[in-house]
Amino acid sequence: MKLYEYMAKDIFRKHGIPVPEGYVIERPDEIRPFEGEIVLKSQVLIGGRGKAGGIKFASSMDEAKKVAEQLLGMDIKGYKVKKLLIEPKIKILKEYYMSIIVDRSSREAMLIASAEGGVEIESVPDEKIFKRTINPLIGVQPNVVRALGYFLGLDKEQTKGIGKFVYALWDAFTKMDADLAEINPLVLTPEGFMAADAKFIINDDSMFRHRDIELVEEEYTPLEREAREKGIAFVQLDGNIGVIANGAGLTMATLDVLSLYGGKAGTFLDLGGTDDPEKVSQAFGIIGEAPIDVVFLNIFGGITKCDTVAKGVVQAIEKKPLKVPIVARIKGVNEEEGKEILKNAGISAFSTLEDAAKEAVKQGGGA
Amino acid sequence: MAVLVNKDTKLLVQGITGHQGRYHTMAMKEFGTNVVAGVTPGKAGETVEGVPVFNTVQDAVDSTGANTSIVFVPAPFTMDAVLEAIDAGIELVVTITEHVPVHDAMKMVSYAKMKGARIIGPNCPGLASPGKAKVGILPNMVFKEGNVGVVSKSGTLTYEIVNSLTEAGIGQSTTVGIGGDPVTGTSFIDMLELFEKDPETERIVMVGEIGGTAEEEAAEYIKEHVTKPVYAYIAGRTAPPGKRMGHAGAIVSRGRGTAESKIKALRSVGVKVAKIPTEIAELIKEDL
Repeated sequence: MKLYEYMAKDIFRKHGIPVPEGYVIERPDEIRPFEGEIVLKSQVLIGGRGKAGGIKFASSMDEAKKVAEQLLGMDIKGYKVKKLLIEPKIKILKEYYMSIIVDRSSREAMLIASAEGGVEIESVPDEKIFKRTINPLIGVQPNVVRALGYFLGLDKEQTKGIGKFVYALWDAFTKMDADLAEINPLVLTPEGFMAADAKFIINDDSMFRHRDIELVEEEYTPLEREAREKGIAFVQLDGNIGVIANGAGLTMATLDVLSLYGGKAGTFLDLGGTDDPEKVSQAFGIIGEAPIDVVFLNIFGGITKCDTVAKGVVQAIEKKPLKVPIVARIKGVNEEEGKEILKNAGISAFSTLEDAAKEAVKQGGGA
Repeated sequence: MAVLVNKDTKLLVQGITGHQGRYHTMAMKEFGTNVVAGVTPGKAGETVEGVPVFNTVQDAVDSTGANTSIVFVPAPFTMDAVLEAIDAGIELVVTITEHVPVHDAMKMVSYAKMKGARIIGPNCPGLASPGKAKVGILPNMVFKEGNVGVVSKSGTLTYEIVNSLTEAGIGQSTTVGIGGDPVTGTSFIDMLELFEKDPETERIVMVGEIGGTAEEEAAEYIKEHVTKPVYAYIAGRTAPPGKRMGHAGAIVSRGRGTAESKIKALRSVGVKVAKIPTEIAELIKEDL
């Protein structure tokens, strides 16, 4: 789960990472009296909000309220701004980059840092990026901090300062089960290092250990949220063929095959290893609400048998008929029985993915 | 021969008294697997499908000589179960459980490496060597004994591809589902190495998907170390960036992990890449 900047900074603060003293507002009149200059930062889950005009400065109360009015409700790349983080403007001497991620290749964590901060790390040349894998059973050791200090060209005192940062970031990363903990920019101020921005993703499979964290669900459409609550893997796409299959790999392959024949999927719905009629029925409930012209059901029966899925489908549409036609492809264990059940319910069932995909594309009005 | 599981496999089922544990103990026995023990704390003395149940992995190993374990324990307790197996000297721990926290996965994979054990998974269907043994939840009826080694990140898609091989008369040495999580105990490269060494495996099928760079790394490895013909299918060509496609690891983020990049890398080292899953069987047939 991606966190808003203010939530990420709360976590950082709790784990000893210096962050600017800020607060969150939802209405312009919540801005507190201030001296000097403040920054108003739109809280959205998408990157590049600065360039999109989502971060503004103000040096008087009148100006601040005006800016807040502009920002609240603004649309940034499809995300609506509902909250602003208000912070004092900080004096920046230099900007750095630092993150800790789960590194898939090494199967360990990785510390990444650069003296080129404040820009997207992808745009920084490799030789200017410090990378060290961190063993999850060992954690960050002093030699890593020393190497980092030399790489960034820091003096002894600064290396000590950034070391505290690395240890604290590791603490936050591990205790909060992060996929990613990123500080960009990590700024050097006259008072020392500070996290000017914060990005934090908590591992979805670890949420049961972090029930105290407020749920952020904005990255999902309402239908995707509904599916998540029911424990169904569902993604809304922009085509008009509603795909339901069993298994993530097979569902992805189904989308790909449709596109080979000129069709475009409107949903990715993975039934998983279930042949529970209730789950099948929930899946059809969700598909029924999606803006699609045809449903394409692709089942490979193994442990999940074709006939039990077929029964679930028939039950589901008897309970709540779909407004669009269904094209099915079923193959595997008890295939013939499954096809018979579907045919009796008026659903055309194919054996090969190609034939079924062509039919679905045709019924969807494409190609 | 085959790899990792065979007639010498003495299997222990962790979480044997649960619904999944019971069902798959039966299915694995039907496949011909030598299931010697089960573990569920507090249930010592019971039997499941004729298999004796123990309280701890150590007890099970001491009494039965189990050398391989399959884990059906729920996600919050999976790491503990895997570590228990490794500490009791189990060499191969097949972790079926999905939704294992990624930090737990990193820790157990790192611990296994330290102790010289191998983990397959988490979030995987396990593996099967037809005619010998199955340690997993793959459907028994799709397999046929033969000489193609299959390694895949997927479950159902693997069954589909294996089934199409079997229907085309092409048998398999071993089929391994390594799992679709970001951190897994066994990678494509690990399996390519084992298949390359296995005298019974003549051809290798790789089923990948979007996310990460494991397929690109596998391509590099194939170029240097694999002499046997490799065939591949990559799922997720049309998946939109930034969306997690069912598997925790199946996501294109910051421009990395696209199917195009994987297909290109594999083709550049001579791997034949199929456009649709069942085309793999046709590509192999052309070469026979």
